[in-house]
Amino acid sequence: MFYRTSGQFKTTYESDQALFPIKQDMVLLVVILAAMYVIFPMFASEFTYKALLVPVLIYSLASLGLNILTGYAGQLSLGTAGFMGVGAYACYKITTIFPEMNIIVALFLSGFFSAAVGVAFGLPSLRIKGFYLAIATLASQFFLVWLFEKWAWLYNYNASGAIEVRTMDIFGLVVTGPNASPMVQYYFVLGIVSVVTFAMINLTRGRYGRTWKAVRDMDIAAELVGINLMRAKLSAFAVSSYIVGIAGALMVFFWKGAAEPNLFDIPMSFQIVFIAIIGGLGSVMGNFLGAILIVALPVVLNLLPEMLGLSIGSATMEHVNVMVVGSLIIMFLIVEPHGLARFWALIREKLIIWPFPH
Amino acid sequence: METLYNVLIDPFVQMYGMPDFFLQVLWEGLVSGVLYALIALGFVLIFKSSRIFNFAQGIMVVFAALSLVGLHTFLVPFVGNEFVAAAIAMPLTLGIMYALAMSVERVVLRPLVGQPDIILFMATIGITMFLIGFGEFVFGGENKVMITEALGIPTGAIEFEPFGGFLLLEEKDVFAVVMAIVLVISLLVFLNKSAMGRAIRALGDDHTAALSVGISLSTIWVLVWFIAGVIALATGVVWGARAGVSFALEVIAYKALPVLMLGGLESVSGAIIGGIAIGLLEKVFEIYWGQPLFGGNTETWFAFIFALIVLLFRPQGLFGEKIIERV
Repeated sequence: MFYRTSGQFKTTYESDQALFPIKQDMVLLVVILAAMYVIFPMFASEFTYKALLVPVLIYSLASLGLNILTGYAGQLSLGTAGFMGVGAYACYKITTIFPEMNIIVALFLSGFFSAAVGVAFGLPSLRIKGFYLAIATLASQFFLVWLFEKWAWLYNYNASGAIEVRTMDIFGLVVTGPNASPMVQYYFVLGIVSVVTFAMINLTRGRYGRTWKAVRDMDIAAELVGINLMRAKLSAFAVSSYIVGIAGALMVFFWKGAAEPNLFDIPMSFQIVFIAIIGGLGSVMGNFLGAILIVALPVVLNLLPEMLGLSIGSATMEHVNVMVVGSLIIMFLIVEPHGLARFWALIREKLIIWPFPH
Repeated sequence: METLYNVLIDPFVQMYGMPDFFLQVLWEGLVSGVLYALIALGFVLIFKSSRIFNFAQGIMVVFAALSLVGLHTFLVPFVGNEFVAAAIAMPLTLGIMYALAMSVERVVLRPLVGQPDIILFMATIGITMFLIGFGEFVFGGENKVMITEALGIPTGAIEFEPFGGFLLLEEKDVFAVVMAIVLVISLLVFLNKSAMGRAIRALGDDHTAALSVGISLSTIWVLVWFIAGVIALATGVVWGARAGVSFALEVIAYKALPVLMLGGLESVSGAIIGGIAIGLLEKVFEIYWGQPLFGGNTETWFAFIFALIVLLFRPQGLFGEKIIERV
């Protein structure tokens, strides 16, 4: 009834291939964007920004990057956090070497560094496949974190070994550092995430996206129909690490404010893999759904006993939290292995023919 | 020139100059290598029989050790004797590992049969998280001491004086190596001689064929996970005796991954040889190259990079099954 597609006729190829061929999808997107840009900021408190909205956006972006590689190009990677670290440290170095540079430019530049590192560690993918490749990407994970610790130039020879973000502004508006207002940071992150997501929706629809999908489905067959495997795989690594790098820089500059090397250690990599899988591999929207679930769930679980009037020690709570998240992951995998995006697709199909099921 | 000398010549000069210290380094490497091999063996068994890349193997080590220590602490006031308590706690822990194997098969694996590899892999990470939370919830998150003496593991040290130098072997390390050898041999005998063992290998060779001759998938899976649990317990005991029992032990699970890459995911002998090779090489690299040239702590990544380089020449690991791809 609300999702009726009848009567929407396509008379040209352009309109049939449009980004949103069905009018209701467009309306839905406008509603979501309006909620993100207008309605949430009207009600959000500082805690909501810092604990929910900004983290969800940043994790979605990182997961989108991983999804390009794993969901679209079929190369399982467990080293995402390492590449996020490369982005963050690159952005940090760029802003210290060129203090006058606009932070937006620095962000998008830092992505190129992580892309380069990503391509270097993606080279083995030409020889190694499957789980062997997944373990091989762990090499980058451990090596990069070790490098962040040992290479003092990266953190400007700080005694603490951590990077700290100084106050920076864009045209007089403070966006980073302890003085920045969470709302400004939220809008900044939201803007970048929107732009990158839009670019990726189009990229995955286009020539590159189709090449990646062909490689994912069977790389030998893809090679036989004339796809250059090396170019396809390495471009997937480059684009993926570029986005992941930006996500890492955003995480440190617009959320955490400071970072130690072990922030980019293996638990974060796994968290992002979870988001991508629970959200749905090979889907752009799934990343956002997955991030909402994985990031918001622990926050809600932490608040839950308080709301129910129970007093549980914070340590116990944390243990129960890990346990619950672990079992929920298993449960989601059993219920819908193709992720939340698939869930939404099923609901949408049902809605289109609702209320007549046949 | 200076750098070249430091990289290419100086380490060997030092090895030759202090042979007793070099032997000590080799021994330390061998001990950790044996333990890596044990963990990798747990991986390989599960991967061979079910194509599941069991990420939870590392946490099973911690969980088994924690259960043993936790049960022991719980039992001592009732029994009054450390040794009797240990003697009761040991079979109880084995029972817990069996219950774990059963519930993993029933709750996680059975509903996920036939799903893509990556989904099963993710499920084992889910198991990992659950076990971390559960273990900390039940036994507490703080560092514990392994009940080395109550289990009758010797704690002294043996001294040698080779080349007029000095070599110290801790008895618990010797115990670890001996136990690992015994465990591996009995496992090999079990896999090759018993009906159950043959069934496991049959399942590894060809799933459908094994099913069609009447091998029960779920029984074998429970069995394999239980064996992995026993290996985990053994690893947990000896590793816990060296480094204490806490969730920091988890990192050794990551060490088993390059071992698997190097040896091949399906090969039992690959796991053993790969484990020992990586244990030795990473120790030697850390002492003679890592600490003087790279600022130390290279053990976190050396094994991975080394395995990666080997893999570039042999994409299926040294002893893995050749990957044949057809369109």
